[in-house]
Amino acid sequence: MDTTAPLIDIRNLVKHFGSVIALSGVSLAVNRSEVMCLLGDNGAGKSTLIKTLAGVHKPTSGEFLVEGQPVAFASPRDALDAGIATVYQDLAMIPLMSVTRNFFMGREPVKGIWPFRNVDFDHCDEVTREEMHKIGIDVRDPHQAVGTLSGGERQCVAIARAVYFGAKVLILDEPTSALGVAQTSMVLKYIHQVRSKGLGVIFITHNVRHAYAVGDRFTVLNRGKTLGTYKKSEIQIEELQNLMAGGKELQAVSEELGGMV
Amino acid sequence: MQVAGSFFFTDPFGEALMVNTTQPTANLAPATAVKAIQDERLREVSLLTKIMRRPELGALAGLVLVTIFFLSTADASMFTLAGIMNILSPASQLGILAIAAALLMIGGEFDLSIGSMVAFTGLVFGGFITLSGWPLLVAIAATFVVAAVLGGINGQMVIRTRLPSFIVTLAFLFILRGLSLVGLKWATGGSTQMRGIGDQAGEGLIRELFSGVAFEGVFSWLAAHDIIAKFPNGTPTVTGVPISIVWFILFALAATWLLLRTRAGNWIFAAGGDANAARNSGVPVDRVKTALFMLTAAAAALVAILTVLDAGSTDARRGFQKEFEAIIAAVIGGCLLTGGYGSAIGAFFGAIIFGMVSIGLTYTRFDSDWFQVFLGAMLLLAVLFNNFIRRKVTGER
Repeated sequence: MDTTAPLIDIRNLVKHFGSVIALSGVSLAVNRSEVMCLLGDNGAGKSTLIKTLAGVHKPTSGEFLVEGQPVAFASPRDALDAGIATVYQDLAMIPLMSVTRNFFMGREPVKGIWPFRNVDFDHCDEVTREEMHKIGIDVRDPHQAVGTLSGGERQCVAIARAVYFGAKVLILDEPTSALGVAQTSMVLKYIHQVRSKGLGVIFITHNVRHAYAVGDRFTVLNRGKTLGTYKKSEIQIEELQNLMAGGKELQAVSEELGGMV
Repeated sequence: MQVAGSFFFTDPFGEALMVNTTQPTANLAPATAVKAIQDERLREVSLLTKIMRRPELGALAGLVLVTIFFLSTADASMFTLAGIMNILSPASQLGILAIAAALLMIGGEFDLSIGSMVAFTGLVFGGFITLSGWPLLVAIAATFVVAAVLGGINGQMVIRTRLPSFIVTLAFLFILRGLSLVGLKWATGGSTQMRGIGDQAGEGLIRELFSGVAFEGVFSWLAAHDIIAKFPNGTPTVTGVPISIVWFILFALAATWLLLRTRAGNWIFAAGGDANAARNSGVPVDRVKTALFMLTAAAAALVAILTVLDAGSTDARRGFQKEFEAIIAAVIGGCLLTGGYGSAIGAFFGAIIFGMVSIGLTYTRFDSDWFQVFLGAMLLLAVLFNNFIRRKVTGER
């Protein structure tokens, strides 16, 4: 494994669904300890891109390298095994299940001999409590239902789970879009914390402010194409907004309304 | 602080959330002193909340209420050993179905074909014994295989079409009931009852595992020592525990262990709670659901074998409306109709409540036709109670 190569490197990725061209040449790279923000309006191809990275879709053509090695994922499980973890906005946690059961869902550690093999829930509770403590979420009782956590806390638990299970790259699908201000800052802070651990983060959002708060680099997607990648030092928040929303129209509306949209 | 803790019980989560959401914005590293106090205060409620969180709480409370009701209104003979066996016997047959239905409901699906499955597998089992002349063990194994295949078809149908299991299995309710009628007439030359299965099955260890009573030795010992009632000739009035009750209890224990302590159990909760989230986390949702449909069908086959061997015959009305009774027992036991929540032990209690009410009314001065009223009221109460509990548990507003 090449340790200097980007964690994820995609070049000229194309994805067709029948006659629909969802992605027509997307290039993107994520390095260690970096938050790469993927910006784009609705229909820009963000979801297709994430799902391709997560192993849900197979690319029609283009290169997909993980740590310098070309990969072809057959299922989301393959992507997970390669260290690419995706945290979906609503589809990460099950509200009726306990924090512990959610945390270990799909990867329950078992002990004993079949057919009496059971899950080591004491160990699970221990780990969950510890991990929650690390990220500053005060889990009163790991048996409490996830439904009792706030939206921000749920996102953080989902991220903590991915980190605990050895993710190298985190793909966060609009983690802040349904959250209030306090909740958002909680999630953004945690993203910052994850980056300092050496993970690469792909942060998908259409909120430029949230992106600018934690991002190192910004890739703007429009109509299935990358418009370009910019370092934080190279671009201002207003420019980013214009790029993302197709610029001119929004500016016109903005002037019409007498302010920034 | 102690008192404050119990006040929190009324709305522990709302309060806790308020504290928590404001905390991260204040400072990157939250003050540990503040945190420690929070922990202390909030742990106080956890014991009460823990009890509240058990899905079977409602069923247990219901069982206590129903028992009190019959203790005060019914003839004392209801609660003798013989009376209890009288209640548990039908409860156990329903209970085996209810526990399987509960697991399936927790997994997010319904099976309305359970009752018809009992009739159909009863016919299949009878056919293997009388027509094919197979030994009992082979016939039983083959019946389970047929049931598992039918259950698997149910499951695959639901998964592949993505239609609600309610509709798909409703279709099977009629298909299997109709096939049972047609099959019986074909096999018996026009009758809707198939006789002689008991005689043909023979005796032996396998037979004893599926019919008659268990622990006869214990009961005659107890009678000999005047611990339980006996006839003048010395034989106990209750000769043993009907074998279906033993199966019922074993199945309840196994299902509870599966649900609460194993990986498969976690997958069942996950599949029913949110199939998409479960899939994203690597849970094989389709496999779990198919297995549950197969288990439900196998439970129906077990009930068919137990009742057919006991009666010695089978008929087309066997298991009639048992699908509804099983689902009612599961709901009384704390299962949510929407899946992802419930318990096997709750369904166990639900089935006992069911048996107690249906048999118990004959011990009282009430007309036993009140049974259905009682049942409906019980179901309504259970649903309201479960809904309330779920909101408390998940902090849903």
